[in-house]
Amino acid sequence: MECPDGLHYTKDHEWGLEEDGTLTVGITDYAQGELGDVVYVELPEVGTMLKAGEPFGVVESVKSVSDLYSPCSGEVLEINPDLESEPETVNSSPYDRGWMIKVAVSDPKELEKLLSAEKYLEFVNSLK
Amino acid sequence: MKKTVLYPWHVAAGAKIVEFGGWQMPVQYAGVLAEHEAVRQRAGIFDVSHMGEVFISGPDARAFVNRLVTNDISLLEHGAVAYSVMCDDEGHTIDDLLVYCMGPRSFLLIVNASNAEKDFNWISTRIKGENVQALDRSADYGLIAVQGPLAAGIVAKVAPFPADLKYYHFCLAEWRGTQLLVSRTGYTGEDGVEIMVETARTAELWDALMEAGKDQGLAPAGLAVRDVLRIESGYSLYGHELDETADPISAGLSWVVKMDGHDFIGKPALQNLKPSRKKIAFIMEGKNIPRQGFHLKVDGAECGVVTSGTFSPVLQKPVGIGYISADRGLAPGSRLSVDIRGKEAPASVCKLPFIKPGVLR
Repeated sequence: MECPDGLHYTKDHEWGLEEDGTLTVGITDYAQGELGDVVYVELPEVGTMLKAGEPFGVVESVKSVSDLYSPCSGEVLEINPDLESEPETVNSSPYDRGWMIKVAVSDPKELEKLLSAEKYLEFVNSLK
Repeated sequence: MKKTVLYPWHVAAGAKIVEFGGWQMPVQYAGVLAEHEAVRQRAGIFDVSHMGEVFISGPDARAFVNRLVTNDISLLEHGAVAYSVMCDDEGHTIDDLLVYCMGPRSFLLIVNASNAEKDFNWISTRIKGENVQALDRSADYGLIAVQGPLAAGIVAKVAPFPADLKYYHFCLAEWRGTQLLVSRTGYTGEDGVEIMVETARTAELWDALMEAGKDQGLAPAGLAVRDVLRIESGYSLYGHELDETADPISAGLSWVVKMDGHDFIGKPALQNLKPSRKKIAFIMEGKNIPRQGFHLKVDGAECGVVTSGTFSPVLQKPVGIGYISADRGLAPGSRLSVDIRGKEAPASVCKLPFIKPGVLR
C-alpha cells in the first residue's frame, strides 16, 4: 500500500496536498483497494462551499458505495474532469491522476488536525 | 466460520476474503472488471465448494423429490438436470436448487450454502412414509465452476467429457483414479461446466484446471463478479429476489412451477395466490448504482424495492432488479425512479436478461 509523505490524511481515507493555500484532494491507495473497481465518482460543482469532515461527493465501485469527506473547509476551485469518463483512474493512480477536487483552504489550522503519512499508516494497520 | 478446502489457495493468490452465508469466501482476486472480462471473453474459475449436496435415494426417491420441488421432475432423465424451487406449505421459497437425476432411484440436490442446513432439516422432516433416504454429503464434495466461451475446452483437457454434452446435462468422468461429475450448468450466462469432486481431491483438480487454462487466460473469479454475471444474465439469488417471504410466481419463476401433473408442497397456496408484487428489471439513466433495499418510485409514489443492483460492464450502465406493486403495469420502456440517498434517479424498465446469454440452449 502506497502512502506518500508530505500529504495530509483523514481517517475517512482521503488525502490532501497543500500548495499555496489550495488543497488537492483524493482518496488513498488503501481506500481504492478496499472499494475495488471504481465506476463512478460524483463530485460537487465548482464554487460549492465545503465544510471540514462533511461529505462532498460519492464514489461508487461495483460492489459498494462510499461518501467522500472533505479534509478542510473552503470553496471548490476545480474538479478533475477526467474522472467522468475514466473513473478507473482512481484505482490506477490514486495520488496523482486520480485526484478529485481542489479546494481553497479557508482555515489553514484545520490542516494541522489531519494525519501525517506515518500516523495514517498506523491507523490503517490498526484496521486490519 | 467455515472455509472450503481451497481457502489457502485463495489467500495465497491474494484474494480478498469476505463472509458469505457462514463461509469465508474469495470476493475478488485481480478485480471485478478484470474477472468479468475473463469470464465473458475467455474463462473464469470459481470455487463454489460451499454449496450443499443432498442425496435422495430409495425406491420412492423420484416421487418424493417431485413432491418436494415445484418443477415437475417425473420425466427427468438419468443425466439431466432441472432448476427448481422448493417451497413451504404457504408457497414461500425455502430455497432454489438444481435437481440431478443420478439414476432411477437416486437424485442429487445442489442447494445454496447459506440454506444447506435448513434445507436438509426441511427435507428430512418431509419424509412421510416414503421409502427414501436423505443424506447431506456437503462436506464430502468440492464444487468448481469453470465458465466462459473457452471453459468447456479447458475442462476437456483435464477431464475428457463429450463435447456435445447438452446444456443442463451432466456426465461422470474419470480423472486420476477418482470420479468427477461434470455438469453443463452455471450461473454466469456463459457456456461452461460445474465439476463436483471429492473434497480431498478438490485442490488437486483446481491446480490441474488452472494449469490447463493458463495459456487461454483462465482466471480465478470471486463472489463479486459472480454476482455481476448472474445479474446481467437475470438469474435470481436467494437472499435477494428469493427468500421466505417470496413466492416463485411473483419472483418470475413460473416456468419452474408446474401446476399440472404433479402435487408438490406449497401447490395449493400457489394456486390461490394473488400476487401483490412482481419482479421487474431496469436500467439506470445516470451513473449511480441501485443497491439492495433502495426504494422504487413511480410518479413520486413509493411502490417497490430494489433486490439486486450492480454496474453492468457489458452495458456500461448500472442495472437493477426489484419488486414492484402488482397493480403497476410497468411495461418495458416505462419510467420509474430509484431513491438513491434521497435523490430520485431515473431508470427505464426492461426485460431480463439484461444481456443476450452466450449459453448453449
